[in-house]
Amino acid sequence: MNWKTFYAMLQRDGHVARRNLLPMLLQNLLQPLLLVFVFGRVLTSSGMMRIGFKDVLLPGIMAMSMILSGVQAVAMPLITEFQFTREIEDRLLAPMENGWLAMEKVAAGMIQALVAGMVVIPAAWLLLGSGVHLSMAHPLQFAAICLLVALCSASGGLTLGCTIGQTQIGLMFSLVLAPMMMFGCAYYPWSALAAFPGLQYAVLINPLVYASEGLRGVLVPQVPHIPAAVVLAALVVIDAALLTVGLDRFRKKAVS
Amino acid sequence: MGIGIRIEDLRKVYDTPPPMAARGAGFAWSPGRGARREPKKKTEVVALDGISLAIRPGEVFGLLGPNGAGKSTTIGILTTRVKPTGGRAFIGDFDVWREPVKAKRLIGVVPQRPNLDFALTAREILLFHGAYFGQSVRERTRRAGELIEKFKLADRADHMARTFSGGMMQRLSIARAMMHDPEALFLDEPSAGLDPQTRLLLWEIIRDYNREGKTIVLTTHYMDEADSLCQRLAIIDHGRIIAQGDPQELKSSIPGGYLLRLRFDSAPEPLLEGLRAIEGVREVHSSDHVAADVYSDRGGSLIPAIVAAAQAAGVELRDIHIEEPSLETLFLHHTGRSLRD
Repeated sequence: MNWKTFYAMLQRDGHVARRNLLPMLLQNLLQPLLLVFVFGRVLTSSGMMRIGFKDVLLPGIMAMSMILSGVQAVAMPLITEFQFTREIEDRLLAPMENGWLAMEKVAAGMIQALVAGMVVIPAAWLLLGSGVHLSMAHPLQFAAICLLVALCSASGGLTLGCTIGQTQIGLMFSLVLAPMMMFGCAYYPWSALAAFPGLQYAVLINPLVYASEGLRGVLVPQVPHIPAAVVLAALVVIDAALLTVGLDRFRKKAVS
Repeated sequence: MGIGIRIEDLRKVYDTPPPMAARGAGFAWSPGRGARREPKKKTEVVALDGISLAIRPGEVFGLLGPNGAGKSTTIGILTTRVKPTGGRAFIGDFDVWREPVKAKRLIGVVPQRPNLDFALTAREILLFHGAYFGQSVRERTRRAGELIEKFKLADRADHMARTFSGGMMQRLSIARAMMHDPEALFLDEPSAGLDPQTRLLLWEIIRDYNREGKTIVLTTHYMDEADSLCQRLAIIDHGRIIAQGDPQELKSSIPGGYLLRLRFDSAPEPLLEGLRAIEGVREVHSSDHVAADVYSDRGGSLIPAIVAAAQAAGVELRDIHIEEPSLETLFLHHTGRSLRD
């Protein structure tokens, strides 16, 4: 393994990300923060939602921003770079096994997802105003969940980026990401789906469910949530599956 | 000293369209089709049909052939971008498909279409490329500066590469391939789309690089480029090598060397016999009933005899075209087709 090459590629992705910092921040954070404001502030202060909803919302929004930014950070450049111009070839020709380039993309995506998550907490907390009760009783568990969620989003991005073509980006948003956001328990705890038993179990294939519920478990333990052990186990399985599929697809796409 | 390159009985069969021709890529989603979906027809394209070659250390080697002959596929396999269906390829002592990382260290690649990193400026492209190959900051800064000067990119060095013209992108691709000072340089159609002046600059750069002892492999369908640049050539058609050797040797292998392409109102067998009887004529081919290709050891001085033969056969000579000995005539001799067909 050639760490110098790996590090140089990570630097390249960092450089490109810094160059596009503002549009990237807007792309990843504007939508979640608007959601926080409308659902968490407007609806609660007008009395249409209970104050406690703020606690439900914050971890969900954080999970959603992490998943969205990780997926986009990996998938969008991959889709472009594997297209017609094959921009990625200059890195495929670097002295490193092709699979490690995919791992580098995943590492870069994880960093972006973690940054997005870390930015959302204070921003949302400020936007929500008073009445949010965040707990930091289990920092290690919080770190583990954040890392697993970041890995999940980045390897999901790898799989998506190597699966769909440029013409299908719109479809990716409407067929994959939109249902994922709606049925990802970001706006409501999983237990709220009890009235829809079929749906309640169907959504369990959605990684965002574990991300939202896991963060809820550590940040706002007073809200009902899926037990941490189940969340961690599910995230490990999903991460392993997405990474395996993504790596395999990447390798196949890298050579013709 | 450069390194040798060897390929043994290389085969490549694409079961999907080759990458250049592939549409969209990704999952094929076809709406409105019921359960009776017809099985997809497998289209197999044989791109390489058992090619063997040995390129010597430090030589400029040319792969010459029309579009779709298999040149890019050969280069693709040698540069780890295309996986062969059969056979082996070596860069120096390394089997390209067993030890790709070691092979990648030794090669620089200029693809047919610029695959520059469009998220970066020209200088950054070179600097990051150096970094991928483990160069120190000082070394890559120096080398990038030199190459930018050499390739006349100085005034645009800090602009984004995606704003460059085709010729500038091509120059930058070549600069990038040379950045890590590879032992072997692969150039796939390097002068396609370049203006004559840039083309000459490119030829000069290739010759310079070769003088440092580096091995250079290039593909082209320009005869003059192959002729003036390459020390040895392989002519490829339909995935097979039809001739190889140095340009002089190849040209002298054409019977007679001169080619006279004749057209008549009709070309019956007695006429062809008459043409074969002319002194100096080595071979006469006629693929249809109006044209004849005459290979001979002289050119214009045959015209009176050809006119006489036409009159004797009672046909009318419509057109005559004389080609001096060239790789073009060589290609035509071996394949019956012009390079541009």
